[in-house]
Amino acid sequence: MASFRKQKLWGAVFAAGAVAATGVVWADIGENRSLIVNGEIEMIVEAPAPEHVEGLSTIYSGWVFRSPETQMMQADDFDNPAMLDVDTARETFETAMGTEGQSCASCHDTPESLSTVRATYPQWDEEHGEVQTVEMQITECMTERMGAEAYGYDSAEMRRMSALISAVGRGEVVNVAIDGPAQSTWEQGQEIYYTRYGQLELSCANCHEQNYGNLIRADHLSQGQVNGFPTYRLRNSGLVSIHNRFRGCIRDTRGETFAVGSPEFVALELYVASRGNGLTVEGPAVRN
Amino acid sequence: MADGVTARVRAPREASAGEVVSVRCLINHTMESGQRRDDDGNVIPRSIINRFTCDFNGQNVIDVALEPAISTNPYFQFDALVNESGTFNFTWYDDDGDVYEEASEITVS
Amino acid sequence: MSMTRRTFTAASVAAAAAFFALPKTATAQEVQAAMDAFTGGAELGSDGITLIAPEIAENGNTVPIEVDAPGAEAIMVFAAGNPLPEVVTFNFGPAAGSQHATTRVRLAGEQEVIAIARKADGTFVSARQNVRVTIGGCGG
Repeated sequence: MASFRKQKLWGAVFAAGAVAATGVVWADIGENRSLIVNGEIEMIVEAPAPEHVEGLSTIYSGWVFRSPETQMMQADDFDNPAMLDVDTARETFETAMGTEGQSCASCHDTPESLSTVRATYPQWDEEHGEVQTVEMQITECMTERMGAEAYGYDSAEMRRMSALISAVGRGEVVNVAIDGPAQSTWEQGQEIYYTRYGQLELSCANCHEQNYGNLIRADHLSQGQVNGFPTYRLRNSGLVSIHNRFRGCIRDTRGETFAVGSPEFVALELYVASRGNGLTVEGPAVRN
Repeated sequence: MADGVTARVRAPREASAGEVVSVRCLINHTMESGQRRDDDGNVIPRSIINRFTCDFNGQNVIDVALEPAISTNPYFQFDALVNESGTFNFTWYDDDGDVYEEASEITVS
Repeated sequence: MSMTRRTFTAASVAAAAAFFALPKTATAQEVQAAMDAFTGGAELGSDGITLIAPEIAENGNTVPIEVDAPGAEAIMVFAAGNPLPEVVTFNFGPAAGSQHATTRVRLAGEQEVIAIARKADGTFVSARQNVRVTIGGCGG
């Protein structure tokens, strides 16, 4: 622990040099850049920023901003409390629901067959003519294929199922499409990202692009990447969805927030997810 | 709390006689501390797992008394001494009287 | 009584204090009493016990701690700054492979965590570690 602090201090000294040399923001980014989950899933926690993100040169997973204790909890599935939710969702996956007598497994066989889903969502859905999040896709399966009642967008059941979809996709490189039919939604998301909200007049970019690594109260701001969602927040002792986190951020600007599941948040999710193109899927991650 | 309680245990399946093996266990439980208030200002009653035990072939490995300061989803890691093949029995005792049990076999050569 | 600005402010503060009434922290006497209940008031040595806890915990909800006291019958952990000082007691049985255990605890702010072990000969040893708890950023 002591040695880690010392390293960070030295990192800060070098960062100070970098500030003087290049004018980049002062940022205390954790020294630990290697995350291998269960000794086998190698994560990319640092990558060159995608071309469409002009404000960043390097993208970092939220994992690098956390303390060694929190980082450790994500490195092993037995230490990650969210894996209890994933276990529960595995059982649900096999359970027939609704009037059609079908389970998720009836079509998808195993959760592992959905391993590329998390890395490519939100995604344009031709049939519905809209960009869909993982939650919307789950809802579509339940209501249109299984004849079941939809889970609430941010319900515990939905967060668990979405955690399962993430868990089987861990290690896949995030690659969300932003062109073609998704482009206008992506542009709407970008617009929201750079719009200042609330009495504090803060945009997403003010904190997560211009000040990542800096302290907000006694906590390090991350880049606000969503590759670790749904994420197990120690503060909540439970899974938190992407839209719930968005809502919390806008609430903290003392602004009226968009609703969980709203078209605005879907657009923002697409845009923010695309800022992480090049990182790996980590959900369900562990964060403070 | 009896609904949806899932326990996970991890102990080795094989060991040699006289070996010390590491055992880990995790159970999902809110561990309501009795210190929090709801939106109306009323104290939410305490509801925790208050005891956890691990036995190996009927011999006690560890017997833990939990207080409300134990985090949600109680987690324990400890060591057991195995001299023969047998069964680990894990038992969690809930304030509400429920008892949750898990077992894990180990072959000792 | 007419509501002046001052009385309104005073009333608001009182109402807020009542509403948010945080659980009080255990007093030093209560912490000592909890420890005495385990030790019977015996003198505490300091050899042969290790307590590992982070110097800075990112969130007080889930703080990993580790205790180790070779040859101990039992190890009890206390949090001097929690509403209730008792945290956990590990009693080691005949099939224990060591007197070492790890768990995750709640800490209501910066405070001292104390581990006390009861040795097989009936003596007690203790170790202490101060843990700072980070005040979260957004929604923290």
